[in-house]
Amino acid sequence: MSAVVAEHEHDDHHDHGPQKGLLRWVITTNHKDIGTLYLMFALAMFFVGGAMAMVIRAELFEPGMQFVNPQFFNSMTTMHALVMVFGAVMPAFVGLANWMIPMMIGAPDMALPRMNNMSFWMLVAGVLLLASTLFMEGGAPAAGWTLYPPLVLQTGTALPFAIFSVHLLGISSIMGAINIIATIFNMRAPAMTLMKMPLFVWTWLITAFLLIAIMPVFAGAVTMLLTDRFFDTSFFDAAGGGDPVLYQHIFWFFGHPEVYVMILPTFGVASTIIPVFARKPLFGYSSMVYATASIAFLSFIVWAHHMFTVGMPVAGELYFMYATMLIAIPTGVKVFNWTATMWKGSMTFETPMLFSIAFVVLFTMGGFTGLMMSIAPSDFQYHDTYFIVAHFHYTLVPASVFILMAAGYYWLPKWTGYMYNERIGRLHFWISVVSVNVLFFPQHFLGLAGMPRRIPDYAVQFADWNMISSIGGFIFGISQLLFLWIVIDTIKGGTGIKATDEVWEDAHKHGLEWTLPSPPPYHTFTTPPATVPTEHI
Amino acid sequence: MKENITQKNTKLVVTLVFVVLGMFGFGYALVPLYDVLCDITGLNGKVEGAAVKEISYEVDKSREITVEFMSALNESTPMVFRPETKKLKIHPGEYHTVNFYAENKTDKVMVARAIPSISPGPAAEYLQKIECFCFSEQTFKAHEGKTMPVRFVVNPELPEKYKTITLAYTFFDNTESSVKK
Repeated sequence: MSAVVAEHEHDDHHDHGPQKGLLRWVITTNHKDIGTLYLMFALAMFFVGGAMAMVIRAELFEPGMQFVNPQFFNSMTTMHALVMVFGAVMPAFVGLANWMIPMMIGAPDMALPRMNNMSFWMLVAGVLLLASTLFMEGGAPAAGWTLYPPLVLQTGTALPFAIFSVHLLGISSIMGAINIIATIFNMRAPAMTLMKMPLFVWTWLITAFLLIAIMPVFAGAVTMLLTDRFFDTSFFDAAGGGDPVLYQHIFWFFGHPEVYVMILPTFGVASTIIPVFARKPLFGYSSMVYATASIAFLSFIVWAHHMFTVGMPVAGELYFMYATMLIAIPTGVKVFNWTATMWKGSMTFETPMLFSIAFVVLFTMGGFTGLMMSIAPSDFQYHDTYFIVAHFHYTLVPASVFILMAAGYYWLPKWTGYMYNERIGRLHFWISVVSVNVLFFPQHFLGLAGMPRRIPDYAVQFADWNMISSIGGFIFGISQLLFLWIVIDTIKGGTGIKATDEVWEDAHKHGLEWTLPSPPPYHTFTTPPATVPTEHI
Repeated sequence: MKENITQKNTKLVVTLVFVVLGMFGFGYALVPLYDVLCDITGLNGKVEGAAVKEISYEVDKSREITVEFMSALNESTPMVFRPETKKLKIHPGEYHTVNFYAENKTDKVMVARAIPSISPGPAAEYLQKIECFCFSEQTFKAHEGKTMPVRFVVNPELPEKYKTITLAYTFFDNTESSVKK
């Protein structure tokens, strides 16, 4: 008995490292470990979702049916989207939040470490449940990631599994979001006032509020699908007095803020990286905070621009059109601020900066096509064509995914203690930025010419651009293996170049994390730092 | 200090969990809200499920409205279903009866329900039905065919801008859920 007590005291009074063995990763409550788990899981899912995209592009390489049957093709488009949204992009940002937020605000850990562990493993369970539907009778869900009834109700055995998987993923994100809010509100170093927080922390705080507001609504919508299918309710069944259009309203009330959940932390990372490599403070810090908050607010009142063609009255179309256009204003503020930050800066172009600049340019293009579709009368032509596919892939791949890559390159030296291979990094960037445009730019033309989305076969008039798009897709897909190689190489210390504490010139002026050693010890900021950097303000 | 943070965390988490529960409820609250909105604004071509009384209007001879009739079957409902009149030119305030023909193509008894939809949506409230096969579920014996009337009037208060009104019915096979009940 006394031995146990003695060991406890030992634990309490000394800073101890991670537990030995693999079990460490299962039971860990350390924010750095959980951040690593999230990031690794997201990277794995990025390749799983990517493989599904390769199936899609292979089938669309030529007109006619080549490799897969239409049902499986539709499963691929559906699962690709669900895996990328809920398995790759969102967990990757939660991983960055776990790793960086405590270090950026001078906190020893997340506010609720055990819940943190639980939300990660719930995510794994949710994604595995979703993946298991691929092997079920009737195939995986194939009605598109929006899961519109009545089509989705025709899903085979997979439907309840997909719905429970959405529940698990939702609970996991909600717990993650609550944890982030509690950490930011209660764990900041005394010197870290709200308006001194790095923008990554700000954008995540706002994103977390979006998440707790919308994920329960989505959970409700899929629960209604479940009861419609199995318990004779008629929420969306016209025969029983329901209305399938109602589902679209509920879904997009969730869905529009959801797409901002994936872009707001992207803005935060871009606002963190660009000033460091421009060697200037961020231009318009407070306007960035207010712009983020405005975008988040507007995201709740524009949902029906996803459904201009359902037969809304003109007044409704006009309202949603103008409200949607309004979003361009705070977003424009952000783009101008990033540009102004770079203006007359002493810029250098290391890989994180290259990806960030590509983000600013290509995200703006995705924004402009969004503006085109916000115009209700034109949207009737673009609706459900490859034009919308091109639009949202521009805002997700060369925007969110590029910024995740940038974040990877930017913080890898801090996480691992070694520099990554800069030459391969730049090679990865240049192949990616060229191929991503070869992949998605022709899809604008396909969409304007009338090619519908979610089809496995198409008229021969679309053959040329589809082939070019597929070639771009294959190159983009394969080139991402370079990133995987770099991550593994850096973890192993392949370059042999030890990272300094601040890694990037004068980075310590921009963020607290750069005042810590590289790699940081297992426990950091057990006593809060006395001062915080204010260069970013 | 440490206790203090734990208390603050607990308080915040409890508040946020209530927000989450509230938003889950809000998702469900959207269902009645949507119906109320559709009712008030007449959006979506949703119409009253019950008959109105036949009262005589002053017939507006000055204008003519085209009323079109359409029929559709949900998914693969095994029926024949068609309007016997495709379109009708009428004056607002006149009462008319048109017939629809529906036939069960299966060897079993079928319970089906026709759901109406009127477009343009804002005109829906002016097309009033005195009698309709859509007011209740219809039971068909095996291979039975029925001719079913709809008696309606277009309220003379219909705004001038509407020249054509389309009345569409979709038949849904409700046999399974009716049997369960």
